[in-house]
Amino acid sequence: MNAVARLASIALLLAVWFAGAHLAGARLLPGPQAVGLAIIQEARSGALAFNLGVTLLRVAAAFAIAMALGTVLGLAMGRLPLADRLGDPWLVVLLNLPALVIIVLAYVWAGLTETAAIAAVALNKLPIATVTVREGARALDRSLDEMATVFRLSRWVRLRHVVLPQLAPYLAAATRAGLSLVWKIVLIVELLGRPNGVGFEIGVAFQLFDVTRILAYALAFVAVMLAIETFLVQPFERHVSRWRPRTA
Amino acid sequence: MSPAGAPGRLDVRIREKSFRSAAGGRLHVLGDLSFTIGSGEVAALVGPSGCGKTTLLRIIVGLDRDFEGSVELSAHGRLGIVFQEPRLLPWRSVEENVRLAAPGADDAALEALFGTLGLMEHRRHYPGELSLGLARRVALARAFAVDPELLVLDEPFVSLDAALAARLRTELAELVTRRPMTTLLVTHDVAEAIGLADRVFVLSASPARVLANVPIPNPRSPQSADQIAAINADIARRITAARMSA
Repeated sequence: MNAVARLASIALLLAVWFAGAHLAGARLLPGPQAVGLAIIQEARSGALAFNLGVTLLRVAAAFAIAMALGTVLGLAMGRLPLADRLGDPWLVVLLNLPALVIIVLAYVWAGLTETAAIAAVALNKLPIATVTVREGARALDRSLDEMATVFRLSRWVRLRHVVLPQLAPYLAAATRAGLSLVWKIVLIVELLGRPNGVGFEIGVAFQLFDVTRILAYALAFVAVMLAIETFLVQPFERHVSRWRPRTA
Repeated sequence: MSPAGAPGRLDVRIREKSFRSAAGGRLHVLGDLSFTIGSGEVAALVGPSGCGKTTLLRIIVGLDRDFEGSVELSAHGRLGIVFQEPRLLPWRSVEENVRLAAPGADDAALEALFGTLGLMEHRRHYPGELSLGLARRVALARAFAVDPELLVLDEPFVSLDAALAARLRTELAELVTRRPMTTLLVTHDVAEAIGLADRVFVLSASPARVLANVPIPNPRSPQSADQIAAINADIARRITAARMSA
């Protein structure tokens, strides 16, 4: 039933696309078959795989840095009132700084480099990861903490078996929201200051007014991110919540 | 794992413990309170509810260090505790819960422990799949598995039905008889205290102090109604004496 509903929804999307392409004309909105052909062409030349790979590496690096730092900062701020008081103003500033400002400043200060690009993306994602993990750290169960203290569990055992499982839902939420945010910002970073990647290709296509190519790259990358969500994020979530009694 | 040494000896000397109340005053919880539990002895603390038993326990296990006085435990100070609630890690199986607390426990000892407590077929279950009675047993298994120098039990059988509580009491008695362990049992049930302990400490209402220190003749053996009545009378007499002298 679920699968049928999903398929019907996708079929409807394709139908709307067909109709739109017919009405708007191939120059403004190329039909699905034209975009499909463009994807195949780019794939044959190897450009698609290369650009997807480069972008994916940037996404992975920025995401990993932001999540690791965000988890550490969030835990510290959720558990230590002093850390929270010190860090909170910084969080508010970062949360409200437009992505574009961070990116442009990173390029101005550090040059059009890979480091600047990844740092700018990570810095955009960092405050959201921190805030989410902080919520989780504030909700940690004191009674389990006391149990761990009395039984003198080692630091590592405490983190791995007492703290992280409680943070898992928050980390999963941060991952979900984070992945989609990071890949959108990576594209902007590439458009503004990188010589390759999906964002760069879309920038070139924009200058040539090549809507087919814009859609080809966008759709290919959405497919990659969907695959990551389906085959990596969701199974991981199921794995960490395997102890929960099944509902119905 | 540190060597399975002799059970420890617990010396508690508390001069005062008070909390700051919300209104700004100070709330006396524990008065001048001292007692000693000998090595391998099972002691029960009984007292009216709200007299500060749980506060006292938290001080003894080191969760509350804001008090005047001292708590000394000989040997390494390895603790096993059974809280009022089981406090298991819901995302780890029964066996993992026990092993994480007792990384040094050997397989044979754990096997025997699971056997005694009837947990054999539940080793792979998660705490959410267990009844409260079973979860309590896991908490008991975890406390015993660390081979503690001091075992602390905070009303471990509260809110279980009478038959199940009686069975768990028997299992606990069996475990401490087989391997003598310095044990502090907190309960509000005098019959439970008499049935399990070598010695019963009776606490006064808050601020708590020790009203009576009653040794139990022939501990953990079946007692006739007359013997239990005699112990109860002894407790009552000592409480009256303590009140008179105070």
